[in-house]
Amino acid sequence: MAVLTTREKLAILSDAAKYDASCASSGAAKRDSRKSGGIGSTEGMGICHSYAPDGRCISLLKILLTNFCIYDCSYCINRSSSNVRRARFTVDEVVQLTVTFYKRNYIEGLFLSSGVIRSPDETMGELVEVARRLREEENFAGYIHLKTIPECSQELLDAAGRYADRLSINIELPTDEGVKKLAPEKKPETIRLSMAALRSRIEEKSEPTLKTKKRQRFATGGQSTQMIIGADATPDAGILQTSARLYGSYHLRRVYYSAFSPIPDSSSALPLRKPPLMREHRLYQADWLMRFYGFAQREILDGRPDGMLDLEIDPKLAWALRHRAMFPVDVNRADRELLLRVPGLGAKVVARIVETRRHRRLRLEDVGRLCQSIAKVRPFIVAEGWSPGGLTDQSSLREKIVSSCEQLSLF
Amino acid sequence: MQNALLGLSTHTVPLSGETDFAGWRDAARRLALSGVRPEDVAWIVGSGAPEEVSLPNPPAGSQLTVPREFVDRAETLICHFDPERFALLYRMLWRMRGEPALLKIASDPDIRRFEAMEKSVRRDIHKMRAFVRFRKIGEAEDECYVAWFEPEHFIVERNAAFFVRRFTGMRWSILTPYLCAHWDTAELTFTSGADKRDAPTDDAAEELWLTYYENIFNPARLKTKAMQKEMPKKYWRNLPEASLIQALVAGADSAAKEMIEKMPTAPAPHHATVQAKHWPAGSTSPSEIDSAHATSIGELRESAKSCRLCPLWRDATQTVFGEGPDNPQVVFVGEQPGDQEDIAGRPFVGPAGKIFDAVLDEAEIDRRKTYVTNAVKHFKFEPRGKRRIHSKPNAGEVQACRWWLDKELALTKPDLVVALGATAALSLLGKAIPITRMRGQVVTRDDGLRIFLTIHPSFILRIPDANDKEAERARFLDDIREVKKLMTA
Repeated sequence: MAVLTTREKLAILSDAAKYDASCASSGAAKRDSRKSGGIGSTEGMGICHSYAPDGRCISLLKILLTNFCIYDCSYCINRSSSNVRRARFTVDEVVQLTVTFYKRNYIEGLFLSSGVIRSPDETMGELVEVARRLREEENFAGYIHLKTIPECSQELLDAAGRYADRLSINIELPTDEGVKKLAPEKKPETIRLSMAALRSRIEEKSEPTLKTKKRQRFATGGQSTQMIIGADATPDAGILQTSARLYGSYHLRRVYYSAFSPIPDSSSALPLRKPPLMREHRLYQADWLMRFYGFAQREILDGRPDGMLDLEIDPKLAWALRHRAMFPVDVNRADRELLLRVPGLGAKVVARIVETRRHRRLRLEDVGRLCQSIAKVRPFIVAEGWSPGGLTDQSSLREKIVSSCEQLSLF
Repeated sequence: MQNALLGLSTHTVPLSGETDFAGWRDAARRLALSGVRPEDVAWIVGSGAPEEVSLPNPPAGSQLTVPREFVDRAETLICHFDPERFALLYRMLWRMRGEPALLKIASDPDIRRFEAMEKSVRRDIHKMRAFVRFRKIGEAEDECYVAWFEPEHFIVERNAAFFVRRFTGMRWSILTPYLCAHWDTAELTFTSGADKRDAPTDDAAEELWLTYYENIFNPARLKTKAMQKEMPKKYWRNLPEASLIQALVAGADSAAKEMIEKMPTAPAPHHATVQAKHWPAGSTSPSEIDSAHATSIGELRESAKSCRLCPLWRDATQTVFGEGPDNPQVVFVGEQPGDQEDIAGRPFVGPAGKIFDAVLDEAEIDRRKTYVTNAVKHFKFEPRGKRRIHSKPNAGEVQACRWWLDKELALTKPDLVVALGATAALSLLGKAIPITRMRGQVVTRDDGLRIFLTIHPSFILRIPDANDKEAERARFLDDIREVKKLMTA
């Protein structure tokens, strides 16, 4: 094989990494370079340094160390049977690329993943070495996210947590059966055990040590995971059930949903069509309802026998239309929990309403100024001088809201 | 302003610069304390302002208090480009004397305007942090990074500290039309505005960055509106990667089609070798030990790892099997693993396990010589946000898992088994037992095995009143002391 230049490798190994949805650089502990005199900082909120025409944020240098892989997961462009061009970075190349990009303010840091070559420990060892060199030799305090190989040793996991801000282990698919079918060499049992091990290590290290009373740094940005949507037949209810289980069991910061995207040189086991982007969007909305709006997983899809989210309207509006007896809600009196259930009222808007109404009674137009669009909210609230009357129970309500909000204009 | 031009304002206040917050604050305090109404004040920045202006001296001893929050947020707002900002802030200050909660009233028109302007400044600050692009000039000792940026508001001073914190070890300059910031690794300085031509036009590293941008884009997911919402066109002229956007968008459809239409190909040449080396036939399913013929607890534990006798394995992390020697003095049976046990893979390590350990200790029973297990080996729960709420296993699940408990008892052959709670009793005796009434008693099974009945230690945890809790713990300790007696008897 001809020797590839760094640029050629970068082309291959960033192309290979683009199916990973996460590019988040938020949630890590605060840190900067004023004392060390090096480069890099993390300030809690991540920064998106650019956006690709797919609308996705580019925050990190997201690459694979290598796309050689001994696994043969049919949904993955890097599976061992794929005819994709292969490349392998040296540790030094990744370190230099990261520093070069960071110093020009292109990125917040590095998201490094890899195909598994030879053994899980050997691959993980190289990922950890990149992170170690960045921290210890380059004096780099930017964000580092390492993909964790589930079968790697506890020592490597510990080292990874010491250098990285976030670790992630991919759940791959929503069900164990799906993994067995499409990723036959991967073991769902091992993936769960690794997530459990990470959770206990993160919890253990967040306690101050007995001697120094200081907290040891260990993946302060927590752990996350990703699952592929639409490669198998699991309905949304099953996907959300898996997410709820993962959030509860392993205290994940995020579950990323990645609409299965056709890949060049695809396996015949998979649907060859455009990725279901709207479905992915609705799943994220439903995920938000579980995490920030007090919805139990079962509630989101109650009364939907097919277990699928409505693609036309958002899941909160869909839920409200199925539970009209709970509305209208009085914005001047209702509890926060109830306000969070009103379609079109986000968590921030609800906080503003609760604060403002201590001083003033809110009219419909006041609520309208706080939220993006009043059309969705109006039928579900009572405000000073406003009552929706029969509007809440009108059978054509759904159509009315859809046409006034143009919900489908997103794509 | 208008009033000032017409000479109607009684007070014209000159500020030393666009972001002269200290000057505004001092003047605003004096004016407000002297009762000067907002409509009688005009604010002017920089040149053209009269040199000497006498501001009223407030009456001695008078004080003006505003929420600290207002001061902080006003300092952000002063960076806005709108010349009206000084007047808006003074009007708010004026109103706050009678309406101290003004900032909390999100529906007020002044507050709405204030918040909209504040948001715009914050966004500009954030976008500057995101979209500044440094270009390297010079080598080694002379190495320096220079950027050209065009902010919407007067944010360079306010934002410079961020770049110092982040690029401490680098010499850099950020040039903008109104002000330039420079850092020499020790000191931050500012100079007056510059021109785009003052900034370097090229950097060899940009070729790599463009390669990355081009390849990280997935043409099958084209969403240009989402891109432009976060990266508006006005920033494009200073972003090297933006030069690629047009071509990437134009080619996306055919690139995506090609991805879909490309027929699956035959497996890559090395695939067979990889499969043979790493996944020899049969290696993916570990040879299962037949649980019926397990001859030790270790073998039994191995075979229980892949248990599918009931559906509880689906949501749990792992089978939490019993723990202890093959010939224990006594066997303790609990209900099911909890959150901590599910993560650790060991029974009785969570909060209830801590009570259990402490009580055993006080009763002078060495846990290492006992066998501790559960009636049900997988954790049953309801996820509730970041927590898992324990659910009681049903009769079917208890029945299914008896397969394992029976095997554990057959292998450990204990003289005495302690049923901790109703579920354990149900599993051991095959029928529901009123535990609170029968605790402390020994029931002998048809096969001669003695079962001691007591509560589950988690029962103690659920008692809210501290005195009741202590009393219940004492009763539990009495029960376990009784167990100790029976063990030696």
